[in-house]
Amino acid sequence: MQALIELTATAVPVEGANIDTDRLIPARLMRNPRDAHRSYGPYLFHDQRFNADGSEISDFVLNQPAYRDSKILVSGRNFGCGSSRESAVYALLDYGFRCVIAPSFGDIFYSNCVRNGVAPLRVTEEEATRLRTSLAQAASPVVSVDIRALTITGPDGHVYNADLPPFQQTRLLEGIDEVEATLKISDKIDAFESRYFAAHPWLRDGLTEGGA
Amino acid sequence: MNTLFDKIWESHIVDSDDDDNHLIYLDRVLVHDLSFHVFNHLRAAGRRARNPNMVFSFADHFVPTVDREPDVIRPEMQEMVDLLAKNSAELGIRSFGLSDPDQGILHVVGPEQGITLPGLVIAGADSHTSTHGALGCFAFGAGVTDITHAITTQTLWRPRPGNIRVTVSGKLGFSVTGKDVVLKIIETIGAAGGTGHVIEYAGEAIENMSIEERMTVCNMSIEAGARAGLVSPDDKTIDYVRGRPSAPTGKDWDMAEAHWRSLATDSDASFDREVTLHADDIAPMVTWGTSPEDAVAVTDTVPNPQDEADQNRRAKLERSLDYIGLSAGDRLTDVAIDHVFIGSCTNSRIEDLRAAAAVAKGRTAKVPAMIVPGSVPIQKQAEREGLDRIFTEAGFQWREPGCSMCVAINGDMLEPGIRCASTSNRNFEGRQGKGARTHLMSPAMAAAAAVSGRITDVRELMR
Ligand code: SF4
Repeated sequence: MQALIELTATAVPVEGANIDTDRLIPARLMRNPRDAHRSYGPYLFHDQRFNADGSEISDFVLNQPAYRDSKILVSGRNFGCGSSRESAVYALLDYGFRCVIAPSFGDIFYSNCVRNGVAPLRVTEEEATRLRTSLAQAASPVVSVDIRALTITGPDGHVYNADLPPFQQTRLLEGIDEVEATLKISDKIDAFESRYFAAHPWLRDGLTEGGA
Repeated sequence: MNTLFDKIWESHIVDSDDDDNHLIYLDRVLVHDLSFHVFNHLRAAGRRARNPNMVFSFADHFVPTVDREPDVIRPEMQEMVDLLAKNSAELGIRSFGLSDPDQGILHVVGPEQGITLPGLVIAGADSHTSTHGALGCFAFGAGVTDITHAITTQTLWRPRPGNIRVTVSGKLGFSVTGKDVVLKIIETIGAAGGTGHVIEYAGEAIENMSIEERMTVCNMSIEAGARAGLVSPDDKTIDYVRGRPSAPTGKDWDMAEAHWRSLATDSDASFDREVTLHADDIAPMVTWGTSPEDAVAVTDTVPNPQDEADQNRRAKLERSLDYIGLSAGDRLTDVAIDHVFIGSCTNSRIEDLRAAAAVAKGRTAKVPAMIVPGSVPIQKQAEREGLDRIFTEAGFQWREPGCSMCVAINGDMLEPGIRCASTSNRNFEGRQGKGARTHLMSPAMAAAAAVSGRITDVRELMR
């Protein structure tokens, strides 16, 4: 995954609480392969963005000229609730988003964001509302985020504090491949398995040859 | 002094960092026919399963519920089913494919086969993995990258979640079920009420529930934002697990049973938060909006957004009503229904089918109504009990097992504007088809809606 340290880009306000993963990407599109060209971008908010004939629904916020090139999304409480579908994050990423700002997130969506180099930043409910309002009013809806300092600078120059735990912050800053990192401590997993299966012998069938 | 969750968590820690993140050992990893990205990642990185015997795959999301025989199945569905079989064989894992005699929805088949056991940690490539917690294990959903990590290393990094106990005291009334209880809980704590936490369900009403009903409750924990739902193992849990195909036997069983009995939350254990509900206050529930938290008693009316002081909440309610096509003050029992779906990992077990059949018996469905069992063994059991005949005589469609119209990607999909009484778990916009409107309820309530053509208080119908 690609590291993320700082980002200054257009930000789009998406109003609403509980924006679920079915809205981020309808399930029926998930059968499609994702190719090297980041092909999930058109699926993002598909049913709100496009009519049945494929034409754009002009009043959906992402179709408005000011927000087309957004890389930062600001929304309401419990953003990304619902399904575990990582394709919701693929759709965001393939569209160009690297950062989502909201008062709270669905837990699984939150992990999926970090695993793909998309920063899920928490701010308070009041601040999220304030930021969305200032984006709607700004001539140039540009926001800067600093993942090291954990700050968000709005189009009016107001600085917001972002909440991101150290575990997630480190992964984003360093673009860590977690599987590689865990494989480096396989000896700890080996040791755990020896203890664990000795204490829970009825589970030992789970181990294949070469295990503990 | 420990909760069920504490005991499971502590016994699965492989490694820890300084900020209460832990590398957790996984006893089971579950994937399904929509998990093809996982297999692609593994292949691209040249990685194998660390313990293939602990990984299981299930054909459920894409399987047709009619016309699934080799010559008539739609090619795009056959393709997904074949892909799962090929990927599973390559990885060397046990796969419950389309023609398997035990095929079904992963959250139904896992417990049914004894793959799910008390005390385990289970990661599934699906958010409703929380279902399995009804057996007293810690089971949670995860995305593609995490499941790839899980298969490769048999572990996952997780921050330690908080721990909520929801106690439902007293006895549930006539025709009030686990589905109504969990909808009431979500309405009470909200769709984000459990974020960052696991929820243990306790109290007389939960103790009195069958394991199947507890699965319905744990299933929808994710709709309250929780990472998982759990119920402490008791005699019912032990009886449920005994004799299942993958359950331990002989001396192993005796050791396992002793261990499982030690897992229940200690009487003096403390939780980060306690929520108490009284069974007397719970009626059959129905959702009126587009989030599972938009639930009310069937006897109620649609709430008025104008009563909501908070501007963000008011906007959310207005949007929900606009999508669902109802107005403030509408009585739920006046709402006409176009379609009925009884199925999904929430409510497709034998008890659910029995409850629906009791309502359907001797009546006639006024709208198209489908019954989709959760697995082949459940389908067979229902047929042995004659439930299939009750349904077909009442004009319901008796289908083959799978996720079906819960997620509407197998060909079972609703047209825009169609209003569906559904026993599934999500009433999100577009969930059952673009523009389709979903009202969540219990199997008995859904059957009552089918035979009356509108949302109906099943207590009135069955009195
Ligand atoms: S029945 Fe629905 S919620 Fe359950 S696993 Fe299938 S798609 Fe997911």
